[in-house]
Amino acid sequence: MNKVVSNAQEACKGIENGMTIMLGGFGLCGIPENSISELVRLGVNDLTCISNNAGVDDFGLGLLLQGKQIKKMISSYVGENDEFERQMLSGELEVELTPQGTLAEKCRAAQAGIPAFFTPAGYGTEVAEGKETREFNGKMYVMEKAFEADFSIVKAWKGDVAGNLIFKGTARNFNPNMCGAGKITIAEVEELVPLGELDPNQIHVPGIFVQRIFKGVAYEKRIEQRTVRLRS
Amino acid sequence: MALDKTQIAQRIAQELRDGWYVNLGIGIPTLVANYIPEGIEVEFQSENGILGMGPFPYDGEEDADLINAGKQTITAMPGAAYFDSAMSFAMIRGQHVQLTVLGAMEVSENGDIANWKIPGKMVKGMGGAMDLVASADNIIVAMMHTNKAGESKVLKECSLPLTGVNCVKKIVSNLCVMEVLPEGGLKLLERAPGVTVEEIIAATEARLVIEGDVPEMKF
Repeated sequence: MNKVVSNAQEACKGIENGMTIMLGGFGLCGIPENSISELVRLGVNDLTCISNNAGVDDFGLGLLLQGKQIKKMISSYVGENDEFERQMLSGELEVELTPQGTLAEKCRAAQAGIPAFFTPAGYGTEVAEGKETREFNGKMYVMEKAFEADFSIVKAWKGDVAGNLIFKGTARNFNPNMCGAGKITIAEVEELVPLGELDPNQIHVPGIFVQRIFKGVAYEKRIEQRTVRLRS
Repeated sequence: MALDKTQIAQRIAQELRDGWYVNLGIGIPTLVANYIPEGIEVEFQSENGILGMGPFPYDGEEDADLINAGKQTITAMPGAAYFDSAMSFAMIRGQHVQLTVLGAMEVSENGDIANWKIPGKMVKGMGGAMDLVASADNIIVAMMHTNKAGESKVLKECSLPLTGVNCVKKIVSNLCVMEVLPEGGLKLLERAPGVTVEEIIAATEARLVIEGDVPEMKF
């Protein structure tokens, strides 16, 4: 099976105004840089973006925020982005803050065909307002629903032409959980290899969850908080 | 003398036990990793997807693909493992992590915690904090006892939007160590060196339970 497309432009075909898109990454780690640039170039707007964070002012999803392309953001933490905070506090941007584990599970549930699940996270807080709650074994839980998205866009380290993916370090994060969670999954990879080159024992995401794959170019991989220790 | 942030972390490190998996929040909790008691082995989980988190890298050895939940560059210890976000929170919700240490803007006498939002002012989001506090068996809060205006942050009821209800087990502040009693109320366990019980009472709005002499912390 060959799912290779030549570049981000071809991969992002069909993304239109008003769509819901999930994007992998934690902070700036493991974000689909090439596809985000393509969304900026396409100028699609009124997007609902599901992503743990919203990038920084001038990188990652921050680029889409700058262009006011995002109508609604579903994230767990948005602390590092002044433009985000400004748009949110002024009401220009709709924001649904979701506990990080719930966010991950809402992706996984969508991937796995589970419409909803119960989690203890957020019980007794404003996150649970308007949601069904239920007691199991003496503890209270909140019902959360699977995400519904038009596209999932993920970034992997290596992939083969069939869409099998391998991630590196903590750049894995939400990426595997988002594969197959949207109607179409786009994977951009640093290394694209022929069939048979990846060890089947080492594959993190089987290609069945991926529809389009391409080799990304010019990864910046910006570090948000460069923290080092001194050599003694 | 009230404790500084480093000393709060040092005192919390005394709570670590051999063989525990531990999740440390951003800020003071991160410092706990610097004071693991001699002879015990713990493994740190960072909810963005690593077990066996090591110290910060040496200059020039940073890897953009290897960060902690505070987005800082880190290293991995021998035997570390990486995983996706759903699995990470399976560890947390499934109570496979023995201790969670996190910061707070407010705590209450029944173990409620608020640390993610100041309405109209600061909205950063809860990150993994709500999942952590809703699930962990053992939650220690590291915090300053009062705000800059000298008002208590250890309250009868939290005034800020809650992160979790009835979940905090122990509080280590710059003034003292307190245990949240199952029936509500905070039992004063230890004082910071040189801090009097009266000073702690004056800085605390929550109901304190004080039994006999309250010992000073030992370092």
